[in-house]
Amino acid sequence: MMIDPLSVFLVLLGAATPILFAALGELVAERAGVLNLGVEGMMITGALAGFAAAYASGNPFLGFATAAVAGAAISLLFAALTQVFLSNQVASGLALTLFGLGLAAMLGKPFEGVRAPVMPAGPLRINWIVWLGLVMVPAIWWFLNRTRRGLILRAVGENHDAAHALGYNVRLTRLAAIAFGGAMAGIGGAFISIATVLQWTEGMTAGAGWIALAIVVFSNWTAPGVLAGAWLFGGVTVLQLRLQAAGVAVPVQLLSMAPYLATIIVLVAMSARQKFSRRAGGAAPGSLGTNFHALR
Amino acid sequence: MIQLVPRSGNAPLWQIATPVLAVLATMLVGGLIFGLMGYDPVAAIRTIFWDPLFGPASGYSRPQLLVKAAPLILIASGLAIGFRAGIWNIGAEGQYIIGAITGAAVALALYPLEAWWLFPLMVAAGMAGGWAWGMIPALLRNWFGASEILVSLMLVYVAQRVAAWMAFGPMRNPQGMGFPGSRNLQQYPSAANPELIAGTGAHWGVVAAAFAVLATWLLMSRHIRGFHIRAAGTAPRAARFAGVNPATLVAFCLGLSGALAGAAGLFEVAGPAGQITDRIGVGYGFTAIIVAFLGRLHPVGILLAGLLLALTYIGGELAQLTMGLPAATVQVFQGMLLFFLLGFDLLTRFQIRRRITA
Repeated sequence: MMIDPLSVFLVLLGAATPILFAALGELVAERAGVLNLGVEGMMITGALAGFAAAYASGNPFLGFATAAVAGAAISLLFAALTQVFLSNQVASGLALTLFGLGLAAMLGKPFEGVRAPVMPAGPLRINWIVWLGLVMVPAIWWFLNRTRRGLILRAVGENHDAAHALGYNVRLTRLAAIAFGGAMAGIGGAFISIATVLQWTEGMTAGAGWIALAIVVFSNWTAPGVLAGAWLFGGVTVLQLRLQAAGVAVPVQLLSMAPYLATIIVLVAMSARQKFSRRAGGAAPGSLGTNFHALR
Repeated sequence: MIQLVPRSGNAPLWQIATPVLAVLATMLVGGLIFGLMGYDPVAAIRTIFWDPLFGPASGYSRPQLLVKAAPLILIASGLAIGFRAGIWNIGAEGQYIIGAITGAAVALALYPLEAWWLFPLMVAAGMAGGWAWGMIPALLRNWFGASEILVSLMLVYVAQRVAAWMAFGPMRNPQGMGFPGSRNLQQYPSAANPELIAGTGAHWGVVAAAFAVLATWLLMSRHIRGFHIRAAGTAPRAARFAGVNPATLVAFCLGLSGALAGAAGLFEVAGPAGQITDRIGVGYGFTAIIVAFLGRLHPVGILLAGLLLALTYIGGELAQLTMGLPAATVQVFQGMLLFFLLGFDLLTRFQIRRRITA
């Protein structure tokens, strides 16, 4: 069997894209100090909303725009709970995932069994959205490390009390970061339904949102690290699919565990590095997962 | 101007009132959504929350209440202990699946042997399987600092694939004419988990759930380990100075909740489900998270919350049959319930005061 390396790379790019978008969005939220475990729920919302809009309008790009809006909209539920009602972030994120999966399954019934409109190929036969994802990596790096707003966002994430004392609006910054994370997760989800599977099926994100959360830890909270993690994940997925297609004497069900096992392995490896490095917890933002309540 | 002032105590009245408020709000908003979808909101809410208990078909649905509540209560009792200590096992669904597989494996290996000790051995195997699956995230957290949230959740997807592999491969019924799925344990007297009292739906899992409620209540309120867990959850640093070893707590909480989830899986596969299939996991492990929170992480609260969420399962099925509501409606309801609960929880932790401006 001949394997053309270029075509393998193209498949890898596609397999990595949903995770890349979701993980970049979560990266920004976590750098602002918000741990949103609702990525899976926002992705599935985007997958359905994007597919529905693309199918109804015949325009896949309108689908992606709708997915971004829908992902941001549902993330505001989480934002309201954690920023206004000061609820526990872990529990609220879980609630968002459970609710999103249910809502999408309920509203998605009419869209089962129809096909998405064909996407026009972008430059070099690579999907436009894949390009967008690749552009987002340096853009987010630039925003976080080279702009004033990025510095404020990181300050809010490192120490929300100090940021508040300096006069920055902790709540508003976090609200914006959560909504951005929602929009990115929505686009990532829509890539699965519009550009990869070309259909809507219940629960089609299959844990991609959780893998994205692990990729953020793997990245040590940097944008280039997220890209590396997403490609690693894409590589494992492609390899697994190739082995399935080649008819290796391992049951399909066991091969399809590979992405999840690989995620655990990289998570453990990276956590160990962060645990035993000089700065405990690696580059994790100081206020990650804690709520902010200003008494004055 | 409104101001939030943190409470010093833990507002016992609000502790009880907020879950009730959350349920009422869920019914209200749920009814609104049904109205928007073109269903009769009053009829829909009545079908879900009233008819399974008192409606015309309640003779069939009432026993189902215990059947559905047992796994939820069993799993949630274990989860709540970890949540109290800030240890987040959200992979109970995976531990439930593995418990079902290891428990069923004992029966399938010994088939067609009939012996009184077979079923107890299966329960032990199920608990051991769930415990082992729960210990993976525990050890990875203790040794390498890996997030138990992400590892336990990833292991759900792995467990689902193990179940599919078992159903299509090693555990496939040799007399099943090529269909996937194991032998049906309901037709294997020594391994079956039957209804103990006809018409109630009570099987051994219900007995175990009642026992779990009692045991976890004793553990949390009377045992030193329960005190350590509560201390670690409210003041981790103080607990550490008092000699509480965080690694031991992580292993204890994840192991215990894994074992209880594994037991729930075994009771299900030997009873209502009957066989190992690729669909043995039906989401009890995730719904149990909602049960634990709705029950305020307290054993008695979990008992009531488990019964309520079991009701939404049965009511949801009924509404699907009689009104044509989509099957996922229940999931939406359950998610909404958790949202409202977390929102209203503000009232237990803060007082709302008018700000006095000087």
